[in-house]
Amino acid sequence: MKLQIASQLAIYALLELAAEPDRHFSVAEIGDKFNVSSHHLAKVMNALGRAKLVRSVRGVGGGYQFAGSVRRTTLLDVIQQFEDVDSGVSLTGGSSPATDEEAALRGILDEIDNITRATLGSITIGTMLKLVGRRRSSGSMR
Amino acid sequence: MQIAATPTDDNPLKLPILIRRARAADIAAVVALDERVTGLAKRGYWDDIFKRYGQSTRPDGFFLVAEPQDRKDAPPVLGFIIGEVRAWEFGSAPCGWVIALSVEPEIRLQGVGEALFEAISAEFKKSGVRKMRTMVIHDNRLHLMFFRGEGMMAGPYIQLEKDIE
Repeated sequence: MKLQIASQLAIYALLELAAEPDRHFSVAEIGDKFNVSSHHLAKVMNALGRAKLVRSVRGVGGGYQFAGSVRRTTLLDVIQQFEDVDSGVSLTGGSSPATDEEAALRGILDEIDNITRATLGSITIGTMLKLVGRRRSSGSMR
Repeated sequence: MQIAATPTDDNPLKLPILIRRARAADIAAVVALDERVTGLAKRGYWDDIFKRYGQSTRPDGFFLVAEPQDRKDAPPVLGFIIGEVRAWEFGSAPCGWVIALSVEPEIRLQGVGEALFEAISAEFKKSGVRKMRTMVIHDNRLHLMFFRGEGMMAGPYIQLEKDIE
């Protein structure tokens, strides 16, 4: 499975914000860390704001803050703001399958979609922060 | 076994509790808690589970409960966890299986589930196993989120089933 860039940026930005919930982060600050343009990231942050996953504070010292729940906001909640997580294999849309072969194939794709949803829907921002922390303490990445 | 659970960096325990092995007198509270959570009363099932995991002297089965401390108004059992060490099924080396976990709905997110999970992890470790497993229905987000939060990841097995016609 591949995630769209916007979904990836949203997850990275939320992890950054949730790791320091009392701090305000500017778009430029987050963009610098992940090497993306402020223009692109601003769109992502606006979408996260509309989903009430971040809040923005204007003025000096302002910026973005995490507004979700570290223990309840999941990767699925974030990704769904930007894309459909289902398999993306186009059969005949939402209509009834035209053939037994199509119905059988749909059954397999549904299995995959269910596992994808269950996985993304069970990993919270808090769990991701723990996973990042573990990798950091084992020195596997920066 | 008795452990006075205390807060740690990973476990923001907000309630004073004692984790201990279940006693026969706890089963009524376990049945009531399970019924509040699942909507089904299964007295016979829990009596049987207690005989298998709570009463026996077998060293590889664990039925642990979280008992409130300093709270007279709380239910007598705030949560429970059950597990056992099993070996060589499905080709698996010995590992600890968590077969049931429940926490009083009104006191969730206060560290009771984590304390129970840590206690049974410690029991499995004492039994000599270094891997623990559980199984969760894929649309039970609450349980999936909990176990993921405790560091559990997808394992190497895929569960398969079939309607018998």
